[in-house]
Amino acid sequence: MTPEFKLEAKKVNVYYGENHVLRDINMNIEKNSVTAFIGPSGCGKSTFLRCLNRMNDYIETFRMEGDVIIDGKDIYDRNVRVEELRKKVGMVFQKPNPFPKSIYENVVYGLKIQGITRKDELDHAAEESLKRAALWDEVKHDLKKPALALSGGQQQRLCIARTLAVQPTVILMDEPASALDPISTSKVEELIHELKSNFSILIVTHNMQQAARVSDKTAFFYLGELVEFDETRTVFTNPKHERTQNYITGRFG
Amino acid sequence: MNKTVLNRLRDVVFKYFGMACTLFGLLMLAIFIIDILIRGLGRVNWDFITGFPSYIPENSGILPAMVGTLWVLVLTAALAIPVGVAAGIYLEEYGKRNYFARLVELNIANLAGVPSIIYGLLGLEIFVRVLGMGSTLLAGACTLSLLVLPVIIVATREAIKAVPKTLREASYGLGASKWQTIWNQVLPAASGGIVTGVILALSRAVGETAPLIVVGALAFVPFVPSGPMDEFSVLPMQIFNWVSRPQEGFIINSAAAIIVLLLITFLMNGVALYLRNKWQKKVKW
Amino acid sequence: MKTKERIIEALLAASGAIGVLTTVGILYVLISESAQFFSTVPLGEFLTDTQWTPLFADKHFGILPLITGTLLTTLIAIAVALPVGLTVAIYLNLYAPATMRKWIKPVLEILAAVPTVVYGYFALTVVTPFLQDIIPGLASFNSLSSGIVMGVMIIPIISSLSEDALYAVPKSLREASFGMGATRYQTVFKVLVPAAASGIVVSVILAVSRAVGETMIVAIAAGQQPNLTFDPREPIMTITTYIVQVSMGDVEHGSLEYRTIYAAGISLFALTFILNNVSFWIKKRFTAKYE
Repeated sequence: MTPEFKLEAKKVNVYYGENHVLRDINMNIEKNSVTAFIGPSGCGKSTFLRCLNRMNDYIETFRMEGDVIIDGKDIYDRNVRVEELRKKVGMVFQKPNPFPKSIYENVVYGLKIQGITRKDELDHAAEESLKRAALWDEVKHDLKKPALALSGGQQQRLCIARTLAVQPTVILMDEPASALDPISTSKVEELIHELKSNFSILIVTHNMQQAARVSDKTAFFYLGELVEFDETRTVFTNPKHERTQNYITGRFG
Repeated sequence: MNKTVLNRLRDVVFKYFGMACTLFGLLMLAIFIIDILIRGLGRVNWDFITGFPSYIPENSGILPAMVGTLWVLVLTAALAIPVGVAAGIYLEEYGKRNYFARLVELNIANLAGVPSIIYGLLGLEIFVRVLGMGSTLLAGACTLSLLVLPVIIVATREAIKAVPKTLREASYGLGASKWQTIWNQVLPAASGGIVTGVILALSRAVGETAPLIVVGALAFVPFVPSGPMDEFSVLPMQIFNWVSRPQEGFIINSAAAIIVLLLITFLMNGVALYLRNKWQKKVKW
Repeated sequence: MKTKERIIEALLAASGAIGVLTTVGILYVLISESAQFFSTVPLGEFLTDTQWTPLFADKHFGILPLITGTLLTTLIAIAVALPVGLTVAIYLNLYAPATMRKWIKPVLEILAAVPTVVYGYFALTVVTPFLQDIIPGLASFNSLSSGIVMGVMIIPIISSLSEDALYAVPKSLREASFGMGATRYQTVFKVLVPAAASGIVVSVILAVSRAVGETMIVAIAAGQQPNLTFDPREPIMTITTYIVQVSMGDVEHGSLEYRTIYAAGISLFALTFILNNVSFWIKKRFTAKYE
């Protein structure tokens, strides 16, 4: 039977040492949708995002309770290979972080480490991913150029292309446009819109307008709690909670 | 004289004293290099480099010692680099919170401060006697490898530490395992720093004398070593031997041999310094 | 896949274990050989006898002359390196133009990269003849010139580490001092040096530890006579020189003479071990304060 939701979080509690940073988070994410996480700095939205592909595993004091279920499987189960999980749940980071290698090598990195070496297969994947990330036309003639020579916006789209190449079904984006100029930002936003038809996208953002523009649903986090989670339109026009109202109207945060 | 003037005077006097002290070190170095060049340069020629030691100073050469030094360099590199880099990776990437790693760390810190001659005593008992290597190149290289291990480990850790977190996260985020991330991303990014540390460590090994004396390196070797199981001498040993003799001819020989040794050491240090600067510029992405 | 990762981790850990094995090896070798030595020579005699003549017919096994020899050369070295090194550190930190600091530091570090056998040559053939013109009664082998040259060698240890310590003093502190009209000189000695004291002390301890374990300079230029003396003009013998002397000669493995080098070695190891750990302790204790 197909699970009802793409991703379910059940009573997720996270601690950094003694600090209780996430409290009883419950959330269901539908397939092929865009969900925005908003909230003031330190509210736990990035931490929650990183729980979804176990990126927090590398933090020494990190401890989690509760379940995160993707495609009906608990990703914190002992039998889960975290590398497999991350192929399915890709991630784009705040600052563009291409590897200090060529554009081509960046895109095929994820495939190469899976042991794929056939050149035609890699070439095909590289072209396909760069096209989907709307970068192909800009770089198709110099795939051998170092990735670090690209502009910030191009670098970020390269990072998205790199993520797409391993064919995830969920993409986590941690403030993907915060380090970019307005034009690059709008390109990334367009891209998110196009990717929606094939991927479940979860995006952390500080930018209210961005959340309103790109997302179907919005989750508002405050002091480690999920205050409100609803249709984006509802959250922005008719929030149920006063704190949400205060935040989106800019009274704090 | 009022107090402000006095204070300002002190300040100026100290400034010139500081300059003098800084120059003192440089001056000693200069005197020293000039003295060696004056005394030894005339002796450095092809016969000296390709000759064998002799009881007549003018007939002596440094070939066996030079070849011994090269052998020691290569063997020490082969032994110490893989082990040192691996241990550095382990401490920095794997051993963050376990007891064993802390134990290793403590040991490395202590080993870095152990006098080199003590390593000689260790080598004499373990490599020369218990493992039965005898006073061979291999025993010498094993001893020096242990000696330079802390240097390589520390350099590796520093270089790995300087690799930005974002690079690792990018790799993990694409489904790479820990080792894949280290091998494909972290090590290439850290290679400049690691190479620098390795060269400095090896240059130290080239200049070491005391542990090799204890291990049993020879002061007089009339043959060129041809394999790791041969007995040997090294340049510093040869210098020590010549400088301990009363005849002026041998002192000149030692000055000439020092020129060769310093050339090797400075060359290695220069390359390391160059790589370090280049790497520091590159590392900001 | 998972197994491969495990194997790699195990290999890396094994490399780390070599560090532990080295320490264990050093301790084992030193303790086992010197235990046999002390079963023949009582520890009391070793520590109190004032003569060290294991290679002569009339054998005495008193480590004191070797200890005083070692301390004497170390003391002279520190007497040179501490004032010069610390002044250099202060000068580079506060007085020198930035460009000068940039190239002086690596140049000074060359001093630490020169092989010690070369310093030995320098002490014996340059410094001693030079000092003999000034100081009457200076022997051809003496602790004075080896100590001075050793001091030059360890200048960079003190200057480099002390400069780091001065550099780590919060900028606000120095600005506060300048803001009240203090000169650089006053700022250095009233604010910076006290604030950086722990780092400076650590640098000195490491320099001492290095001097205590230094071998080639003293083996070449300080002589091979275990005299119980504090006269810097006299030839002496350090612990390290003794080990070299025995190693150069033909001493039979397993003999009492052979074991003396391990007894000497364990004394040296103990000295440097204590010094190093005191420096770790100071570093740990006082850097915690800044955070």
